[in-house]
Amino acid sequence: MKREDIKVLLMRAPGTNCDLETVRAFRDLGVQADLVHVQKVFRDKNLLDYDILVLPGGFSYGDYVRSGAIQAKEMEYRIGKEMVEFVDTGRPVIGICNGFQVLVETGFLPGFEGRSQYPEAALANSSHGYQNRWIRMKNVGKGNCTMLAHVPEDHVISCPIAHGEGRFILPSDRREKLLQRLYDNDQIVWRYVKADGSFADGEWWDNPNGAFHDIAGICNPEGNVLGLMPHPERAYYGYLMPEWTKAGAPETYGDGRVFFDSIVKYVESKF
Amino acid sequence: MKYHAKVYVSLKKGYSDPEGEATASALQGLGYSVSEVRSSKAYEVSFEAETREDAEATLDEMCRRLLTNPTKDDYSFELSETR
Repeated sequence: MKREDIKVLLMRAPGTNCDLETVRAFRDLGVQADLVHVQKVFRDKNLLDYDILVLPGGFSYGDYVRSGAIQAKEMEYRIGKEMVEFVDTGRPVIGICNGFQVLVETGFLPGFEGRSQYPEAALANSSHGYQNRWIRMKNVGKGNCTMLAHVPEDHVISCPIAHGEGRFILPSDRREKLLQRLYDNDQIVWRYVKADGSFADGEWWDNPNGAFHDIAGICNPEGNVLGLMPHPERAYYGYLMPEWTKAGAPETYGDGRVFFDSIVKYVESKF
Repeated sequence: MKYHAKVYVSLKKGYSDPEGEATASALQGLGYSVSEVRSSKAYEVSFEAETREDAEATLDEMCRRLLTNPTKDDYSFELSETR
């Protein structure tokens, strides 16, 4: 489909705060991006008018109960059918930070056997508390997450994280088995790395939240639902990158652009 | 019948509980010989059900569907009839 015909739906809930950056990134790439409040989406049930669904970052419903839990359940009973249909058509669904938490709480991620009734993973708090700073994440996907086909293998993106609950964990009694399953399905997409590109190995600073196996982002087995804790939209433009003043002037674009560019290119060629 | 429940949600054993650890450390600092603190969250839920069995089953479902994430949380509840 033509780039200018691509329609992105960004669902905004009370407490969402990374919506405008994300809208701006998509619009810069020449696609239509509509920022719509969840209540309007619940009323209109028009998810299928869109080609890409994005759940942006923030603190929906004040993180009550658990981060993402209330929004997830609301989506389940208001637009659960439409969500499943959207995912089944293979269209990309992207959850950034709070959006990732919502996708885990709805059971779409990891989604080993399709959408699960109860969450099969969790994004827990860590002893480091709320962390708001730059990290590095490496694209470790092997091709299953097709929307990132235009991000080179092993490519490292530097971008911010800003969360209190982002420690990716799997049920402790089946942790290793499920990790293997994530690998077998090529569901691990982003892992935290050190400055030299090697994995953070659970060590704080480079792994900001104690995430199991340095996991920063995963996709579903079909590859079209993606969730990640870091914020590529906050690194979309060059002037958002740290330390550009040392170089004198910023580049036009920052590290986060390749992420959005790949998603748009994928939809352009696939649909 | 009307029921009232107190639901307690806490992290499963084996997961680190930063809030509990920080609290234990502060209590130790105050001079108390505390060996461990586990934090938990409590909810009070009022609802109606036909029988006590129904009430327990409904509450159990509420816990699994929203109040906990079974990956990391354990829960328990105290249920009582109200007038």
